[in-house]
Amino acid sequence: MADDAAVTGRGGHGSGPGPLASPGGGPEPVAVLTGFARTLRAAGVAADHHRTQTFLRAVGQLDATDGRNVYWAGRLTLCAGPDDLPRYDRCFAAYFSAAFPAPRRVRATVVSVTRPVAAAYGGGEPEPAGETGAPPATASEIEVLRHRDVARMSEAERREVHRLLALLRGARQPRRSRRHRPSPHGGATDARRTVREILRHGGEPARLRRRVRRDRPRRVVMLVDVSGSMAAYADTLLRFAHALVRAEPGATEVFSIGTRLTRITAALRHRDPGLAMDECSAAIPDWSGGTRLGEEVRALLRLSDPRGAIVVIASDGWERGSADLLEAQMARLSRLARRVVWVNPHKGDPAYRPLTAGIRAALPHVTDFVAGHSLAAYEDLAALLAGDRPVWARGRGGADA
Amino acid sequence: MLRRTTTISDIDAPVRLAELLDHHDYLADEGVTTAAYLALKMGRPLFLEGEAGVGKTELAKTLAAILDAPLIRLQCHEGLDAAQAMYDWDFPRQLLHLKAAEAAGVADVAAIEGEIYDRRFLIARPLLRALETQPCVLLVDEIDRADDEFEAFLLEVLSDFTISVPEIGTISAATPPVVVLTSNRTREVHDALKRRCLYHWLEHPGFDREVAILRRRLPGCAERLAADVARTAGRMREAGLVKPPGIAETLDWAEALLTLGAVELDPALAAATLGAVLKHREDQETVRALGLLTPGGGRG
Repeated sequence: MADDAAVTGRGGHGSGPGPLASPGGGPEPVAVLTGFARTLRAAGVAADHHRTQTFLRAVGQLDATDGRNVYWAGRLTLCAGPDDLPRYDRCFAAYFSAAFPAPRRVRATVVSVTRPVAAAYGGGEPEPAGETGAPPATASEIEVLRHRDVARMSEAERREVHRLLALLRGARQPRRSRRHRPSPHGGATDARRTVREILRHGGEPARLRRRVRRDRPRRVVMLVDVSGSMAAYADTLLRFAHALVRAEPGATEVFSIGTRLTRITAALRHRDPGLAMDECSAAIPDWSGGTRLGEEVRALLRLSDPRGAIVVIASDGWERGSADLLEAQMARLSRLARRVVWVNPHKGDPAYRPLTAGIRAALPHVTDFVAGHSLAAYEDLAALLAGDRPVWARGRGGADA
Repeated sequence: MLRRTTTISDIDAPVRLAELLDHHDYLADEGVTTAAYLALKMGRPLFLEGEAGVGKTELAKTLAAILDAPLIRLQCHEGLDAAQAMYDWDFPRQLLHLKAAEAAGVADVAAIEGEIYDRRFLIARPLLRALETQPCVLLVDEIDRADDEFEAFLLEVLSDFTISVPEIGTISAATPPVVVLTSNRTREVHDALKRRCLYHWLEHPGFDREVAILRRRLPGCAERLAADVARTAGRMREAGLVKPPGIAETLDWAEALLTLGAVELDPALAAATLGAVLKHREDQETVRALGLLTPGGGRG
């Protein structure tokens, strides 16, 4: 094991000449190294100019004829998260191929499949980055669109729904934070500001200052199922997630679920929905596969801290793994999270009954079980997250199965 | 015996640092060694990320021991603010000073005003203390638990190792402290902060290294027992538990077994001491169901 050979701390694997010792008029070391950083950037690692400079300095601190040193200098300076590491290893192996093998990594390499989002609908054109020239729908058209199932829409109608989703108010239910703000009326005494005030008046007792706890948006963790059975809704759900991230970038986490859990929050931070969707499709490696919900909820519990958050799971509950595992993980999730919301697009169908093993295992641990098939359903979900009165109570056709 | 202090300039190669870490019972792999070496040499903060119990905090403690420097620790939590992390004014003492001056009949208001905002009335919290202590190792532990506002403070401090106090001016470090930040990755830390740092993702140790760590930390631990514990721990980490055991847990477990006089991992003792390594009921059940504690399952 490469890992164990390193117990002594000696990098004994860098046999042969390093890339920087290329004899006979080879390219300059700096050019070789910046070229490597450029390759990484092309592969999606955020190796910007600043990081590249740090990389060059790091290589300067080490014996650069040893390939292992170049490997570590690059990994330490150019990568920003565990997701970058498989990409880094691949690029390193490809770029410095002959010179030395990249050290083995313990985790399995992720194979990224880049696939345009719209292709999930079966042959649709990829969304253009901006908005199309089609005129926005009128109010009455919107009202009709609002209740239609997105899976049965034409490309143009879906685009209109997506435009409206981008305008969705992604407000959040507030929660009491540990930070305080001054308050003119009432609250606890703010000792620091009061004493400051006294000091300012030369030690004369002054008016008592007060403070109250500040409100912060409650965190939302959203899981979007991108497996085959959800293909017709995945794009719309991701756009809904985008609206949430755009509204509260600091209080939203989004993951895609399928055969593995992938954190896609960073991809969704783009202002432009089209660009954000492009980033997402590049980041998600398992479009249209199966779903192993149990394992992924477990992965979520390890990767993210759902304490106090509203967890939204958008899935049809077609579980390929064990329902027992899902049940156990959902139970744990419901104990940690503030609220667990399950969004099932099929719930919009009046004939729908929650019969699949996955849904039946999960439902006892779910706070809200809502539909997610139409614009109206998404608006209701947004209202739920904003802490407004639940709107679906008004009763809307098939929305209450 | 006269002990000579190791300074950063004495550490002239990663190999030398590995020896020192080893001497302080931290068995580092190549990645950790290179990361720590570059952090020392380049004066950059080291950002360590990885699951709980892979030895992130321990590395900072060991670096402090090697440099014979105090470890200044800032444990992050939600709502951590500048008054808790950087500095605070000692208001009661300022008031006392004011009253004393008044009683003494000092009339020069401007002078008193200058006096009460003197450095001696400033309480240094970890970040300011780290700038004023040389040498020192600053450990910013579990940065993912703090909120965005705090990251902004920290970024400012770590960018140029200065803190500006409006009433006094700028306080800067003559030589920047060695800074280690750790994160369990429950939240994505802002990229601007990571860019200031060297980033290292720590994995659980491999089998051989874990055996070496167990035997180093627990001198009475037989090779057989260490190997059994390390192998079972490795399997537990692959079993997809709620909380896979870290090195601290394996050490606790081996120590518990050792206390009960075990020379190898036998199922009865393993079951009796399982609480030392797995702290969730579900995990204990999973491990029992998978048969990881029976000789066949633990060995194989």
